[in-house]
Amino acid sequence: MSNGPDARGLASVLLGRPEPQERLDGGSVRFEDGSSDPTIEFGPTRRTVVPRRAHVGLPPPVRRRTRQVTSSDVYNLLGALLVSLCTTYLLFGVLASFSGLIGFVIVFYVIFLVAYAVLVSINERGPTVRDKIMTSVLYSTAMLALGALSWVILSTVWRGHRPLGHLNFYTQDLSTTGNFAPRSKGGAAHALVGTLWQVGIALVLTVPLGITCAVFLSEVGGPVARLVRTVVEAMTALPSIVAGLFIYITWIVTLHEGHSGLAAALAISVTMLPIMIRAADVVLRLVPGNLREASCALGAPTWRTVWHVILPTARSGLTTSVILAVAWGIGETAPVLLTAGYTTYMNTNPLRGPMVSLPLAAYELVKTGIKTMVERGFAVAAFLLLVVIVLFAIARIVGGRGPGQLSKMQRRRAVRASRRDAQRFAVADGGRA
Amino acid sequence: MTAVTLDDVSVTFGAHHAVRHVTLRLQRSRVTALIGPSGCGKTTVLRAINRMHEQSGAIVTGTVRLGDVDIYGPGIAAEHVRSRIGMVFQRPNPFPSMSIFDNTVAGLRLAGIRNKRLLREAAEQALHHAALWDVVKDRLDQPAIRLSGGQQQRLCIARALAVQPEVLLMDEPCSALDPIATAKVEDLISRLVPDVTVVLVTHNMFQATRVSHDVAVFLLDEDRVGELVEAGPIEKVFSSPADPRTRDYLSGHIG
Repeated sequence: MSNGPDARGLASVLLGRPEPQERLDGGSVRFEDGSSDPTIEFGPTRRTVVPRRAHVGLPPPVRRRTRQVTSSDVYNLLGALLVSLCTTYLLFGVLASFSGLIGFVIVFYVIFLVAYAVLVSINERGPTVRDKIMTSVLYSTAMLALGALSWVILSTVWRGHRPLGHLNFYTQDLSTTGNFAPRSKGGAAHALVGTLWQVGIALVLTVPLGITCAVFLSEVGGPVARLVRTVVEAMTALPSIVAGLFIYITWIVTLHEGHSGLAAALAISVTMLPIMIRAADVVLRLVPGNLREASCALGAPTWRTVWHVILPTARSGLTTSVILAVAWGIGETAPVLLTAGYTTYMNTNPLRGPMVSLPLAAYELVKTGIKTMVERGFAVAAFLLLVVIVLFAIARIVGGRGPGQLSKMQRRRAVRASRRDAQRFAVADGGRA
Repeated sequence: MTAVTLDDVSVTFGAHHAVRHVTLRLQRSRVTALIGPSGCGKTTVLRAINRMHEQSGAIVTGTVRLGDVDIYGPGIAAEHVRSRIGMVFQRPNPFPSMSIFDNTVAGLRLAGIRNKRLLREAAEQALHHAALWDVVKDRLDQPAIRLSGGQQQRLCIARALAVQPEVLLMDEPCSALDPIATAKVEDLISRLVPDVTVVLVTHNMFQATRVSHDVAVFLLDEDRVGELVEAGPIEKVFSSPADPRTRDYLSGHIG
């Protein structure tokens, strides 16, 4: 109890309350005005004092508005749009004989920018005008990119939505589906199985190889690493058909292996590997050097430093590198065509026989030109998008957190473990006393 | 008793001489402060004592002996040297991917020790030693980077102590900390002896007077290369310096 009064004084300062007058039996504190606070304890069972929140009872603070859109901004924008629309309409419909949608959009956009600049410059000065123009250019390009992306996705889903609505699409293959079979027959299950096998095998091959190579590049260094890095960077630009041909020549022609899912997985690995190595190398080089030093100063050999410090610290980024490589590999069509062939049958054995993947199935189906088959092709493409999204979500959940950031479940587990520790130490202390 | 002997130690980075001809005896169970202006090679000398220069490609000549063993001698592994001579850095650098507990025993785990009971005991002892136990005992499994800067630095000291080094090198351990955290770390340093021999690099002469027994003064010579000017018990060096340059430095004329 030697530091009791000090702690009490500190608590009263923290709480802005009068100094506690006496100690209650339970170790809690009573204040001068008669109120007591059981959350504050002193004496042998002292706990951390949590200062009471100062803003309890006060209205929540209102965020100050620092960005203001004035009515003249809105009018300027609307006016410029109107001016541009009318002028373009006149140019295309009445005054000149311009035509075509793309030309219309481009002329509209240029006139809009000019009109907007003129309107803004009535009230504003040079820098503000430039700022507004740049802002509108940035917004419109972002919109353009977003629009193009959603167009690709939505048109795919739209053109393939009818087969997607039938359950058999996910459970059957196309082996007994004639060219004019109704949508209630046939599906893409064989392509899904093929994709999962091929990408799965490719992952098993590339993750250890790719991460090890990236560790070599970033941790070992030297002239050899520089050479390897150059080769890897050149390989990222390797056309995938070359990877397919390479496996076709070495695996199928020279070694006399037949077309198989494994051969396709090898070809996909060749294209995935450089992507993964490059991304992982960049991520590993971002790990702060002082962590390497700290580990080294503890007497750790390099490989333990890599395993216990570098890789866990870079985990989230490494996951991203794997995702990038999978995204690359899952969409490969040409190498699969060369190495796994095409089939409408379900083949669950990756070691033997042709095995089709989702993108290849989409390509072959759309190529037929038959209405229902083209629909099925787009449905397969949409399905591929879905598979990619699911894989990404899983990867993000499993490995996406930065170091030191715990998920809810991990946090709960940490609290439980800490509580167990505390109990164990309490028992140990009791035993010692 | 001498813990570490430096004999004519010079360090070069490529063509640039950082510090040369340092001959210094570091006494066992005492705190030795290396002081001097920026760029005079204090940290460079410190890093020569546990072979950290092998990471940065600098060349160390001369001999460094831990007890009777030449640490640069043949057959001596750098990892072994570093596990006997610990180091604490300027900025707190706990491993962000590890919990407080894992950080504390990181040195043991990195040396390949797996025994859970052993690790727990070592962690408890090291955290007690670093005066951090009461702060973290009920959140050992929380990420270490949630701690404040001062606590992180004490955790780094605990991490270095858990390996039970004979010598602890501290490279300006308080320069990234506020005065209260600094006071705690200084208090901790003075309680580390006699178990550990401490070598402390500091810019702050008051810190040197507060915590150290011996002092070594480094200055730049006429070629702008660092050199050791004077070393000895701190009362003697600070009250009656033998070298006029030390006197000038201490009175604020140079540096």
